[in-house]
Amino acid sequence: MSRTLSGKAAIAGIGATEFSKESGRSELQLAVEAVRAAVEDAGLTMGDVDGLTTFTMDANSEIAVARELGIGELRFFSRINYGGGAACATVQQAAMAVATGVADVVVCYRAFNERSGDRFGQVSVAANTQVNTNGLDNAWSYPMGLGTPAATVAMQARRYMHEYGATSEDFGRVAVADRRHAATNPHAFFHGRPITLEDHQASRMIVDPLHLLDCCQESDGAQAIVVVSAERARDLAQKPAYVTAAAQGSGRDQFVMTSYYRDDIGIPEMGVVGRELWRQSGLAPADMPMAILYDHFTPYVLMQLEELGFCGRGEAPGFIADGAIEIGGRLPLNTHGGQLGEAYIHGMNGIAEAVRQVRGTAVNQVQAAASSHVLVTAGTGVPTSGLVLSA
Amino acid sequence: MSTPESPVLRPQQNRDTAFFWEGTALGELRVQTCNACGALRHPPGPSCPECLALDRGHVVVSGRGTVFSYVVHRHPPVPGKELPILIALVDLEEGPRMLGELVGVADDEVEIGMDVRVDLHRVDDDLTLPTWRRA
Repeated sequence: MSRTLSGKAAIAGIGATEFSKESGRSELQLAVEAVRAAVEDAGLTMGDVDGLTTFTMDANSEIAVARELGIGELRFFSRINYGGGAACATVQQAAMAVATGVADVVVCYRAFNERSGDRFGQVSVAANTQVNTNGLDNAWSYPMGLGTPAATVAMQARRYMHEYGATSEDFGRVAVADRRHAATNPHAFFHGRPITLEDHQASRMIVDPLHLLDCCQESDGAQAIVVVSAERARDLAQKPAYVTAAAQGSGRDQFVMTSYYRDDIGIPEMGVVGRELWRQSGLAPADMPMAILYDHFTPYVLMQLEELGFCGRGEAPGFIADGAIEIGGRLPLNTHGGQLGEAYIHGMNGIAEAVRQVRGTAVNQVQAAASSHVLVTAGTGVPTSGLVLSA
Repeated sequence: MSTPESPVLRPQQNRDTAFFWEGTALGELRVQTCNACGALRHPPGPSCPECLALDRGHVVVSGRGTVFSYVVHRHPPVPGKELPILIALVDLEEGPRMLGELVGVADDEVEIGMDVRVDLHRVDDDLTLPTWRRA
């Protein structure tokens, strides 16, 4: 048995609630609805589920979800830290569990009322007052007035513009691509509402240099993903999306959203993820016909393209020009509309889109993806994760 | 600056970091130093990442530095602040980097590389924050 995870597990089911600004029901109910939909999509029953994994930030415990769904004994449950950086790592956890026989059917889930309830775009007093090392870390930013995700990203974006000559329009091209894709996705909040670069430039400043349209939505909703062994996936209802690579990454002198004390204040943690994804898979950026890159803020999409090896440092503005990241371009990104266009479900809805692309059922289908690979990344600015899913 | 409706965000502190806040209250901008290898470090912690020594002290730095990056925060509200505010990431002349509000400067006057000096702002008896002004 080779000492690699590649090809040993697959995503067999996906399920979600609607994505809205006010779900009108509890976060636990959202979790339950999404998990149930994902298990049914896979052609499995609740009795088959023996593992659950989610984000440390998720408010719904594994046992609460199991209780509501009549799931009996659980053999595996785990949680991943660091906000949206957890997204792809939940699938990595599940894949490791099923590949080693620790569990047979693991469901990854994320559910929240992030717009109608606790809004992540606001200053989080709880993040500042938590009694742990994260709270101590935040003592160097929150009391100084730097306390929203947009503000922390803006600090990096300003430096990136200074070092490489990138412009606000370069960031805006990411928003335009996402909203173009969302416009043709009936599940997207911004279905039928594309934007132009002029709209982006005219949107109000939130934290200079970030405009409103550089920032993702706040959303209510849930997404669940069923992971089983590759062998079992072949006998289930859907075309498997094989986990060809699954990686986590944290960089030197890492902080949560404020890794400002290293020479380069970019996102080297995504470079850690990228190198591991290419090592595990034996693939390279050129093998990816498309990608789902975590887009809570547009500048990070540019930085990710560089860290993942699609282009050199500082070259992303040129790489994305002329519609290159839109459907029909050389590397379509976020074909569901991303978190700017579809919904902000902490990156989990992006994994679901990668599965649809591998199945060949996406609304904005990239034909080559259904016979090859899709790269997916998780939250940026934090310790993060990534996946290569394959047909 | 602080009102009951919008309390100031106060820093979490422990025995590894209290020296910094004790310093600002006394009018000193302190940076951790390793007593074994001399490395300066901010933010502070119990160990020296360079030599792993646990023997640490602090130096009082000059309070002079240059702007490495900055933002203008306009939305949403920040407890205890009247918006917009400028926040700068400052390279201290001694080496380490530190965040703080940039005051007395218009947002169209700031640029990366601008010389700044610290201005310790006393919020109340329990909190003095480092802020920055054009040097």
